[in-house]
Amino acid sequence: MTYFFQNLINALQWGSFYALIALGYSMVYGVLMLFNFAHGDIFMVGAYIGFGVATGLVSLASMGALALPNWLILVLTILISMFLTSFVGMIVERVGYRPLREAPRASAAITGLMIGIILETGNLAILGARRVSFPALIQSTTYDLGGVFVTNKKIMIVVVSIALMYALHLFVRKTRWGMAMRAMAFDYVVVPLLGVPINNIARMTFAIGSALAAVAGILFGVAYPVLDPYMGIIFGWKAFVAAILGGRGSILGACLAGFLLGFIEIFVAMIFPSTLRDFIAYSIILLILTFRPHGFFGEPYSARLRL
Amino acid sequence: MVAINSGNLAEKKTLSKRIRDSFSQVPLLAWFCGFLVAVLLERFVGDPLTELLGLPKIPALFGAVTVLKKPLLIPGTLAFLLVIYILPIIIVPRLCAPVLNRLAGWLFNVSPAVSVAIHLGLLYGILHLWADISGYRLLTLKLTLIAVIVTLSLNVINGYMGEFSCSHPGFLALGAYTASIFTLLFFVDDKVFGSALLPKFLGPFLFPVALILGGLVAAIGAIAIAVPSFRTRGDYLAIISLAFMFIIKSIIENLEFVRGPRGLSSQPNYVDLPTVFIWTVAAVWIINNFVRSTTGKALNAVRDDEMAADAMTVDTRRTKIVAFLFAAFWAGVAGGLFAHVLRYVNPSTFGIQKLAEVLAMVYFGGLNSVYGSIVGAVSLSLLGEALRPLEIFKWIIIPLLLILVMIYRPTGLIAFKEFNVMNLIRPKEKT
Repeated sequence: MTYFFQNLINALQWGSFYALIALGYSMVYGVLMLFNFAHGDIFMVGAYIGFGVATGLVSLASMGALALPNWLILVLTILISMFLTSFVGMIVERVGYRPLREAPRASAAITGLMIGIILETGNLAILGARRVSFPALIQSTTYDLGGVFVTNKKIMIVVVSIALMYALHLFVRKTRWGMAMRAMAFDYVVVPLLGVPINNIARMTFAIGSALAAVAGILFGVAYPVLDPYMGIIFGWKAFVAAILGGRGSILGACLAGFLLGFIEIFVAMIFPSTLRDFIAYSIILLILTFRPHGFFGEPYSARLRL
Repeated sequence: MVAINSGNLAEKKTLSKRIRDSFSQVPLLAWFCGFLVAVLLERFVGDPLTELLGLPKIPALFGAVTVLKKPLLIPGTLAFLLVIYILPIIIVPRLCAPVLNRLAGWLFNVSPAVSVAIHLGLLYGILHLWADISGYRLLTLKLTLIAVIVTLSLNVINGYMGEFSCSHPGFLALGAYTASIFTLLFFVDDKVFGSALLPKFLGPFLFPVALILGGLVAAIGAIAIAVPSFRTRGDYLAIISLAFMFIIKSIIENLEFVRGPRGLSSQPNYVDLPTVFIWTVAAVWIINNFVRSTTGKALNAVRDDEMAADAMTVDTRRTKIVAFLFAAFWAGVAGGLFAHVLRYVNPSTFGIQKLAEVLAMVYFGGLNSVYGSIVGAVSLSLLGEALRPLEIFKWIIIPLLLILVMIYRPTGLIAFKEFNVMNLIRPKEKT
């Protein structure tokens, strides 16, 4: 039983990465009805920006230029990286998605994929083919809860991700910008005619999604402190699967499906040999989609879907 | 001001029009002759010319590699290209056009089939002579021809039927492994499958069976995607096909009898240039006929409006399943060829990277078009090889190019164009 709870904690942590990334896919889908296939690589870029900011702050602190405790450095790293990575998202939107808004959707998917490749290669060209390790900002402490070992990092990761998801939920539900986003998701054609600035909303959506991906990247760096330029591919595609599984455009669905994917992967690895992980995880997804072809909260195929 | 501008425009138009006019009467036969002269020149004059121009060897892929490695050789390479390729290809067709027009007309009247056969023979001759210069060229050419089959088969689903299928690497893997197991089991003594079960001289004759078996297995696998496609479209189908791809890869990685992630090697060397060429021509011919048939038109109807197509008596289920099985079959055949060209397969070949490559070829070349697929596959394969000396910057230039194509021509370079062989081989004389 303790083994089960131990894995539950791991699954929560693993799922929160997927959920945070899947949110970015889902929001962009809700507004533009396009998937941002560069999102997995934005996650990677976010992790690297976080690495750069954290390293910079740590070296400044060690030189005595600013006396900051480590937790404050982490908070600052997260905030600064969110800010910087949101620009990456906006650039991706400007270059790859705005010119293609009226084009067939598959073309935008191709530009997204290609921007992703450019981000990976650019990173490789700038930093070289070596893995960098994320500075250890938090001292790992382990708590023993009746046989289940929980580290403070895991608690922090889960708490921060759930807090951000709730903040996003509040933003979308309570603010004017959030209302504009929901309106755009409701009708892509008429709402811009009513005076909602589609370009600003699209840019903002990409920015928020990328900022969340940056947080996921930093949290990933805290948990597994080795970064490499191709880490975004696997995470990106799996989070994309989670976004679809949750139902397109549904924020709650993306979160739930992200966590579900984490649970499936961790528990499959717990019961079966870990080489079968992908096979079983994707088979379960295939089964779910066979019986619920529109995901958990997605709406059925409708006429306004641009195909 | 306006008058001057329009005057300039008219002048330009006449110039480009004059050039186009002078080449509009050149039949395909004459172009082939031009290329033939070029490759023959390269074969017989190539070596002395490279020495004369101070080049280390005959530029393998039109000099791109040489130029990028040693910029000092640019003038020599350009001169080589001018003498060997550009001049013959411009001059010979123009000069021979009247004669060859008459010949093409005569052939066309005798029998279009004979004319097609002669054209194909010429094309094969050109490719053979071109690839004969170096082993590198031969390998590149084979892989390019295989890429044409893969791209065409994906275009059937993504272009003609308008789905976004991500499963093609899975079909390739099924075909590659099935064909490899067949040949390794029957015709090769190796450690994995033991000694050969059939006499080895039968191998080359039964190789088509291996390819067709590979295609059939891939087609059976395609049922897993075709059936969900009855109920769902678009993004959900994309996910289902993506999951299928990952599942196939994962299954192969876990199958110990095909050596799991280490892959299969030492496939027999059955795939020479004629084999690839014949299979590619067969694929182009059959796929082109398929998309021009009633079923092919039904694919377009399903893409444009499924409900309306259903109302107009198109059997959408049958159409979808036929399209998926057909495309998967050709992908499987291509996979079998691929495995026997490289003589090594492992499951990680058929992952996301391959998917991005194939999708890029389809969307770069053009949706819903056989021309487009050929152009996309050939240009991206050759570009990928030619830019190899740039190392990782290649992966910045090619994606940038694709983004530009997507922005300015969202459906690809040559989209929605019919591939009509009769028009191609017809004499181009004005009557």
